[in-house]
Amino acid sequence: MLSDLEIKIVRELQAGLPLVERPYLEIAGRVGLSEEELINAVKDMIKRGIIRRFGAALKHQDLGFTANAMVVWDVPDDRAPEVGRIMAGYEQVSHCYQRPRRPDWPYTIFTVLHGQTRADCEKTAALLAAETGIENYRLLFSTRELKKSSMKYFMEEGR
Amino acid sequence: MSLDSVDRRILQIIQSGFPLVERPYLQIAASLGISEGEVLKRIGGMQERGIIRRLGGLFNSRKLGYTGTLCALRVPPEDIERVADIINNYPGVTHNYLRNHDYNMWFTLLAESEDKLNEILAEIRRSTGIQQMIDLPAINLFKVRVNFEL
Repeated sequence: MLSDLEIKIVRELQAGLPLVERPYLEIAGRVGLSEEELINAVKDMIKRGIIRRFGAALKHQDLGFTANAMVVWDVPDDRAPEVGRIMAGYEQVSHCYQRPRRPDWPYTIFTVLHGQTRADCEKTAALLAAETGIENYRLLFSTRELKKSSMKYFMEEGR
Repeated sequence: MSLDSVDRRILQIIQSGFPLVERPYLQIAASLGISEGEVLKRIGGMQERGIIRRLGGLFNSRKLGYTGTLCALRVPPEDIERVADIINNYPGVTHNYLRNHDYNMWFTLLAESEDKLNEILAEIRRSTGIQQMIDLPAINLFKVRVNFEL
């Protein structure tokens, strides 16, 4: 679990790095550390996997990745680990998860595919189907974005 | 979309390996042969244009003690605005999209505990009146990639 100090650091880092010559010095001052201590604390949180990535989050649509599809696959439970690993191995697949089956929802492997166009995504899905033998799948394209935001952790009072 | 080759090289560097040194922008500048001020100006410009959404940490929500799920609902077309307003009002709902399926509304929810998560889902069921909602928490993670080739 995180220490109170680490929670403070999370709050600062999710607010964003300041665009000043010594950004860590500024944050260090706010959490009560020296600049060097803060840099070491951040390195440690990266090493422990608490910080998954340290850097810039980009808006992908502006960089040519105009199409993405959530593709859901009806995979027999005993094949899920194998199929999940195969699909995860493809460059075009950014996310690959297993989720539970539900009474009116047979799809258990979820992948996010990226391409320049929808046709690219369809082609990749067909390739993954051929490679795994999983034939029952659906491409779910987003037709409208209702909300997209960055999570703000530890914002409730009293923490 | 106007990104020149210097912008692209800056993005390549700061997407994953933002320098953890006293003067990170100076280090980036040195590796590109430009001035620190130029790097600050370009990053600021790309933030203003929305190309850089955020500069900082991306966290592993599980390691912060949070729990999350993906939910899908069947919402009648005429009800979409009302239901979206209710759902989007929760800070833990970070993504919400309409998709081309009978389950047409898909949102992700993060909460600080399993109990809190279930409490919010029950609240959403109650206040939207939508009964057809499936909750699909991840049971296995095979890949989560956040970087892109530029």
